[in-house]
Amino acid sequence: MPVSDFQPVIGLEVHAQLLTQSKIFCGCSTAFGAEPNRNTCPVCLGMPGVLPVLNQRVAEFAVRTGLALECTIRPTSVWSRKNYFYPDLPKGYQITQFDQPICEHGRLVIDTPQGEKTIRILRIHMEEDAGKSVHDAGGGQSLVDLNRAGVPLLEIVSQPDLRDADEAVEYLKSMRDVLVYLGVNDGNLEEGSFRCDANVSVMPKGSTTFGQRCELKNLNSFRFLKQAIEYEIARQVDVIESGGKVVQETRLWDVNKGVTRSMRSKEEAHDYRYFPEPDLPPLHVSAEAIDAAAKALPELPRAKLQRFISQYGLPAYDARILTAERPLADYFEACAGHYKDYKKLSNWFLGELMRLLKEEGTPLSALRFTPAQLGALLGAVDQGTVSANAGKDVLGEMFRTGKAPADIIAEKGLAQVSDTGAIEAVVDDILAKNAGEIEKYRAGKKQVFGFFVGQVMRAMKGKGNPALVNELLKKKLGD
Amino acid sequence: MQLTDLTMLELAAKLAAGEVSSEEATRASLARIQQVDPKVRAFLRVDEAGALAAARASDVRRKSGSPASALDGVPLGLKDIFLTEGVETTAGSRILEGFVPPYDATVVRLLKEAGLPLVGKLNMDEFAMGSSNESSAFFPCHNPWDVSRTPGGSSGGSAAAVAAREVFGALGTDTGGSIRQPAALTNTVGLKPTYGRVSRFGVIAFASSLDQPGPMTRTVADAAALLQVIARPDARDATSADAPVPDYSADLEAGVRGLKLGVPREYFTEGMDPEVEAAVREALREYERLGATLVDVSLPHTKYALATYYLIAPAEASSNLARYDGVRFGLRAKDARSLRDVYALTREQGFGAEVKRRIMLGTFALSSGYYDAHYLRAQKVRTLIREDFTRAFQQVDALLSPTSPVPAFKLGEKVEDPLSMYLMDIYTLPCNLAGLPGLSVPCGFTKAGLPVGLQILGRPFDEAGLLRIARAYEREHDFFRRSAPL
Repeated sequence: MPVSDFQPVIGLEVHAQLLTQSKIFCGCSTAFGAEPNRNTCPVCLGMPGVLPVLNQRVAEFAVRTGLALECTIRPTSVWSRKNYFYPDLPKGYQITQFDQPICEHGRLVIDTPQGEKTIRILRIHMEEDAGKSVHDAGGGQSLVDLNRAGVPLLEIVSQPDLRDADEAVEYLKSMRDVLVYLGVNDGNLEEGSFRCDANVSVMPKGSTTFGQRCELKNLNSFRFLKQAIEYEIARQVDVIESGGKVVQETRLWDVNKGVTRSMRSKEEAHDYRYFPEPDLPPLHVSAEAIDAAAKALPELPRAKLQRFISQYGLPAYDARILTAERPLADYFEACAGHYKDYKKLSNWFLGELMRLLKEEGTPLSALRFTPAQLGALLGAVDQGTVSANAGKDVLGEMFRTGKAPADIIAEKGLAQVSDTGAIEAVVDDILAKNAGEIEKYRAGKKQVFGFFVGQVMRAMKGKGNPALVNELLKKKLGD
Repeated sequence: MQLTDLTMLELAAKLAAGEVSSEEATRASLARIQQVDPKVRAFLRVDEAGALAAARASDVRRKSGSPASALDGVPLGLKDIFLTEGVETTAGSRILEGFVPPYDATVVRLLKEAGLPLVGKLNMDEFAMGSSNESSAFFPCHNPWDVSRTPGGSSGGSAAAVAAREVFGALGTDTGGSIRQPAALTNTVGLKPTYGRVSRFGVIAFASSLDQPGPMTRTVADAAALLQVIARPDARDATSADAPVPDYSADLEAGVRGLKLGVPREYFTEGMDPEVEAAVREALREYERLGATLVDVSLPHTKYALATYYLIAPAEASSNLARYDGVRFGLRAKDARSLRDVYALTREQGFGAEVKRRIMLGTFALSSGYYDAHYLRAQKVRTLIREDFTRAFQQVDALLSPTSPVPAFKLGEKVEDPLSMYLMDIYTLPCNLAGLPGLSVPCGFTKAGLPVGLQILGRPFDEAGLLRIARAYEREHDFFRRSAPL
């Protein structure tokens, strides 16, 4: 059977570092990039005698995420210990949640070529991150950096509802958007603050029994996720086709070779000996706290996208870009309060504004002009006070100096000339100098018209009102 | 009478009156250690410089009329399970030999803030696993009443040091009887507070859901005063209780008239030493004479307590002791050539036989496929045991029983027989499983001169009630005045 006769079945486990100031069970900073082992204390070093105390923000973030993903929030969830030895796991166990996680039974809607699709969320739980081992540091040594040990994580486990690599990528992107919107995660795959493992299996099309699954690790970009899943599907089909059996194992995505390779088999899998964490009482979340969190929930990416389409009459393409990040969407809405031609506003956002932001590397939060000033500029363009092209220059100047558009237009003399007499004088002058071209035009070579417009505009340094220039030229050329 | 014969409160009174200085008391304590500890071996480490510096600072406070607490200046010993900043702490294990903690346990901080000079770290069973102090990786501790015998364990060093008058009081920890049993075997008072009453932060963990620090003293009033210093909620311990801390000395002399005291049938069983039984029964009669009513009660699940304990405690220990891996502190096997070696050899060389036995028991109890039958079932039985007590306390104010089924046994007598060693704790460990407070108070001696202890168990957070009941007996029988024949 060819690959097309098989149905892949995919589930993702997302690990998201929470954007809290301090670690989950101690007061150490979670800042990325500090000198190794600087952000540590006896608690996150797993010294003898230390005890964990829950950072309440972690539970708040978990509840917020659970509600955004339409989960049931457990009034009482339980902490567990997951026991295994590893040098970057200081206590020899990870404090996590096991059989009674804080959130369960949620969903995330994604777009597929066949339309919307609901991916069910099995569970969300809180846990502490491990540190980092640095191998081959010289002298045959491995070093351990425990800055990351104890950084709070949410693990979000989907049901095996994804059916191909593209869906998996779409799910992961949508999940990232939601978490970033909620302000609980920075969505950074490269730094590993947002990462995922994929469970992949294949079964003959039409079958209802899932095949044996493999867990894929080291998928630290959307591209790698897609490549790894596609490779793994092909590999598993290959195994079955050649009469073999897929064995349950953990496989590592090898970025350089573009293959997945076995990391450990089921037999080598740890027995984690989970048991309830005796150092932490069960976590109670009151109905009031859940209600308050639900009320405080921001509009989520998908709802915002749909609202941008309906409320502002924007094409889906525009709406998607404008809502991709919450600050941009918020800024658009602020500007929309001052300028009512939303499609035109969107054009300026997608064109000039985003170009400037990108070129200057300025974050939106550092913009030096107000939404009202942007609205005023666009109004001036509409009224013909400045040409669209000059408007772009004005925006650039606003971007750099924060000056009001009217002041910039005045200072730079960018005001458009709409004085018919002044334009007429220039038109006459140009026509007088180009008798040959007039002949061509009259002989039917209509594209020469553009030449005249260009000459007039150049003579007027771009400030001539284009509509009037056109009108006068046509009149003089006798159309 | 020597200075070291004073109780904590007697010394505190003399310090307050300016009759003696803390430095004198501390020097007396250090001299007594030098004199008798070669026989008792209660101390793993003496911090002479630290203790004297603290004593001199205390004397300055006393002179300026601003003592830090009622016990300011009273020298104290610490079981070597309490982390002390800058002073080596080993939990009686090779694997922590040379480990100098970077921070103080909460109770150590409280003691320092209250002005008590800390003279040193006391011997104990390795990681508090044992009932005789013989599992100490360094040397066994001896019972001051008969140095061929054990002082009990695991807080054997603390009990022996107090009994031998090397210190005025000490702190121990109690996971299954480790404060009360050695107290009973050494004619001292040992109080295991309600789980959560005293912070566990900075106390090296054996079994997290059972461990509890507590005072070990010569008198009931001293225990009340010492508990007063260390009992308080701690934001660094999520299992620490928010309950208000009463004045533990307020009702100490209120007596037992009108109280109902339960005598649990299951705690007077075959295998109990007849002299122990006789002493305890005599104590019960004393309570009747003092106006209490004795009530026969039943705690039907007592017979499962030992099995339950030896699933839960080792399970938690197997996880708690995983951090001793040779990576960050303590021992690292010198001959380790691979990561696997670092773990295997370090733990092989660093842990003693009893610790290894319990790690294996606990690992098994938590293993996939065995968890439900062992750990989970043990937790269910634990609930039944707790409910036994809840029912009993609907009828009575406290429960009375022997602390240990036997008096101090010979060193070496039970080392080869772990099961008989585990049986030493049958009367003490149900209290830990239920999280209740328990106290052992001296109630006489055998003909051979070995101390016997009476155990009093109470409702959660009723330490004051236990102290009051114990004091009523102690007032009639001042066994604490007797000193060990050293």
